[in-house]
Amino acid sequence: MTSNVLISVSLVYVAFLFLVAFGADKWAHAGRGAWLRSPIVYTLSLSIYCTAWTFYGAVGYAARSGLEFVTIYLGPTLVMVGWWWILRKLVRIGRAQRITSVADLISSRYGKSNLLGVIVTVLAVIGTTPYIALQLQSVTLSLAVFGAEGSGAGLVTADAPATALWVAAGLAVFTVMFGTRNLDVNERHHGVVTAIAVEAVVKLVALLAVGIFVVWGLAGGPTDVARVIEASPISEWQLDSGRWVALTFLSAVAFLTLPRMFQVLVVENVDENQLATASWAFPLYLFLMSLFVVPIAAVGLARLPEGSNPDLFVLTLPLAEGRDGLAMLAFLGGFSSATSMVIVAAIALSTMVSNHIVMPLWLSLRQEGASVSGDVRNVVLIARRVSIAVVLAFGYLYYRFSGGGEALAAIGLISFAGIAQVLPAMLGGLFWRGATRVGAAVGLIAGFTIWAYALFLPSFGPALFSPEMMTHGPWGLGWLRPQALFGVEGMAPVVHALVWSMLVNAALFFLFSLVSFPTPLERLQGAQFVNVFEHSQARRGWARGAAEAEDLLIMAQRIMGGAQAQALFRAQAAEQGKSGYLPDTTPEFLERLERQLSGSVGAATAHAMVGQIVGGAAVSVEDLMAVADETQQMLEYSSQLEAKSEELARTARKLREANEKLTQLSIQKDAFLSQISHELRTPMTSIRAFSEILRDGALDGPAQHHYAGIIQDEAIRLTRLLDDLLDLSVLEAGQVTLNIQQAALGAVLDRAVASANSAGEGRVLDIRRDRAREDVTIETDTDRLAQVFINIIANARKYCDAAEPRLTIWVSKQKGGLVIDFVDNGSGIPAEAEAMVFEKFSRLTDQQKAGGAGLGLAISREIMNKLGGAIAYLPGQGGAAFRVTLPSPEG
Amino acid sequence: MTKRVVIVEDEPNIIEAINFILSRDGWDVTVHANGETAVAAVRTARPDVILLDVMLPGRSGYDILKDLRADPDFAALPVLMLTARGQKKDRELADSLGVTRFMTKPFSNAELLAALGEIAAGA
Repeated sequence: MTSNVLISVSLVYVAFLFLVAFGADKWAHAGRGAWLRSPIVYTLSLSIYCTAWTFYGAVGYAARSGLEFVTIYLGPTLVMVGWWWILRKLVRIGRAQRITSVADLISSRYGKSNLLGVIVTVLAVIGTTPYIALQLQSVTLSLAVFGAEGSGAGLVTADAPATALWVAAGLAVFTVMFGTRNLDVNERHHGVVTAIAVEAVVKLVALLAVGIFVVWGLAGGPTDVARVIEASPISEWQLDSGRWVALTFLSAVAFLTLPRMFQVLVVENVDENQLATASWAFPLYLFLMSLFVVPIAAVGLARLPEGSNPDLFVLTLPLAEGRDGLAMLAFLGGFSSATSMVIVAAIALSTMVSNHIVMPLWLSLRQEGASVSGDVRNVVLIARRVSIAVVLAFGYLYYRFSGGGEALAAIGLISFAGIAQVLPAMLGGLFWRGATRVGAAVGLIAGFTIWAYALFLPSFGPALFSPEMMTHGPWGLGWLRPQALFGVEGMAPVVHALVWSMLVNAALFFLFSLVSFPTPLERLQGAQFVNVFEHSQARRGWARGAAEAEDLLIMAQRIMGGAQAQALFRAQAAEQGKSGYLPDTTPEFLERLERQLSGSVGAATAHAMVGQIVGGAAVSVEDLMAVADETQQMLEYSSQLEAKSEELARTARKLREANEKLTQLSIQKDAFLSQISHELRTPMTSIRAFSEILRDGALDGPAQHHYAGIIQDEAIRLTRLLDDLLDLSVLEAGQVTLNIQQAALGAVLDRAVASANSAGEGRVLDIRRDRAREDVTIETDTDRLAQVFINIIANARKYCDAAEPRLTIWVSKQKGGLVIDFVDNGSGIPAEAEAMVFEKFSRLTDQQKAGGAGLGLAISREIMNKLGGAIAYLPGQGGAAFRVTLPSPEG
Repeated sequence: MTKRVVIVEDEPNIIEAINFILSRDGWDVTVHANGETAVAAVRTARPDVILLDVMLPGRSGYDILKDLRADPDFAALPVLMLTARGQKKDRELADSLGVTRFMTKPFSNAELLAALGEIAAGA
């Protein structure tokens, strides 16, 4: 078989993969192809874990180190079976937060820290580049094997680096075509995943075919194989438990943290339930892949000449037996392993490089801020494509630089150990809210440094670290020996580096998380990650458009309140000629919605929220809802605060009012005392002056009599004033005891009229009454009521200025109770004085004419209050009119 | 020479008492009971001294005092104020308006005559 045939077959195979990828993309785009989401496709895509290193290398590994190769399969199996809950959380978060890569995961978790994104990206690129080189080498090597076996001087063997370059270029083209066809918000690549699933089948079939050929074709059945194995060096292998555990742990961690594994496990996952199938199907796949490794190794060691490269037994065994077809299948299997790994790794790395390094740089150079437009999308696409080319170029250069020697074989584990440094930050971020950005950065950098110093750099051999330094440490510092840090010896370099780097990494991560404070965004993200199951349901599949509008409505309701949001949506839908509540998400509608929302949450937040739902950025709808909920809680809280401050203001107002009232009362008290002083001193003045005049003597009889009469009048006035004051103070203090009894209203009025109209000097009032209306039985303190009536009648007698004073007393039953109106025919009380008549010491005219202290109506008002009734001045009745209201006897 | 006094007071009994006492002592007494026209009455009467009540119908004694002091003819006219409100602030207000003497009711007749005599003599 010539290498030309081989190349033709390879090209046909690649063309086939192109078709598969292209078709799957078209199907997915058209919304068909539910099988693309099948858990089997998902499981098969996970098989990129099995690279050419596993496909060819496992046999070599077994030939050199016995069953140790099993650890490579054991780690992922344990993760799938035992750590599925970590995977489930990882997948849920990846979907909820629209995580695009492992760097994005770490950066997102720790408050969208781009520094962390850059660290993880650099770590991933450094860790993955040798691995890509390894794949290039395996393809080149396998081609060389055919060249050597076939017609001699094939073009392949002649120039291995050129072959590698061609392979790298071809892979770059494939990856660019299917990895950056469009900028899907979810970073999902149906075409690529489907092609990888096909490749997974090819490699499994190829390895099983070679295995079956070896066991039944060459060895003559399992029993024979067992005998061969027994005789081979493999059987002499002794289990080193420390190394076993370390390697198992390492491959388990790598399964979670390798960028390409994260890509297929989390980013490409379209349905969380796929994990359930994968959790048993993928271990089964690994089991089948490893089933014939030991037989092939043992038979290869026994049959092939001494010094044959055991890494190539899978190819060389069929070739040696002349089975060209089988060898071709095995080649395609190895080719598939290599290409699928390189493609996915390149996609994953290019996403990281463009998102965390190229785009931030580009945006900061533009200085215009991020305006999400087609312009930016183009830049992102170009950045992705260039990144893919650069990643593959790195791989190729590394292949050239390292000389393609056997040293590459060890690169797999070194690479694993490097990327495993992400683990503490990842698990801490998933399960510990206290984890902070500072902790993650310090842990990552420290772990990465130790890994580079103790494992990665020494792997380049004497060119970098001299043997002198390896055995005695830099500058003779023994405790800094790269493979015996702090004097710990006796461990394999990989285990040594792994233990130290992970220990220091985890310890620093923990310590610095404890002593540093997370930013608000970190807290929010931390809560979103750690409590992902509490506030995000598994995403349902929905058609775009209507669902977008629905999500917008749900969000708007939470922010604006149900009625308002629904009204807005309905009005907008009506404007578009649609019924219902879900308008098309036209730019005009979105703009209006944004304006409405910005009233509640601010313009920037509103823009972000609408943009997240419609534009589909890296924050999930569920998390926006959480933010909206929080906003609402804050609104509620602030309205509670508002209510509280209103209450405080009310209390303050009440206090102020009470204070004003007290001040007022104090002023009133002063005025009252001053008034009483005046009322007492004025009669006293007359009494004293005239008593002195009388004492002086030398007065005639009539004058003496006159002056003594004045003294007597003033003494009576003083007594009446004191009586009134005492009466008022008793009434105001509420200490009065009422003497409730039944009486006819007419009788009480009779008594009052008789008392007021006859006593003392002055005119007599003509009093008009309707006795029939007065025939009402009342139950009250009749003496007190009579006192009120007397006061009113006496006032009318004093003040009525009509030529023939007349007072009409009119009784009526009204809703408020029994009403007794007293209306005279005088000119009434001036409007400006009406408000004052019930105040103390308010007299309409001078004191002498009134003959009282001005307390009568004040006392009457107090009495009526005590009796449960009222007294009021009725304006607009012609003359002065007072209305006395008694509560109706019925209640 | 007979001295003239104007009494501005609204309580009839008090007017009668003061009128009797001052007349008996040889004063030429004019009585005025209305606050509003008091200043005009003073202008007409040209008294040597004024006896001014505080609580008056129409205008208070303070207002009348203020008007008198604003007139150059009466700026130095002796004024004896009488009040039945014996509070400190009343006295202070009267002092600030330029009262000559301030007395609280009730008073003894001798006291009143002595005070009136003193301020009329310019003491």
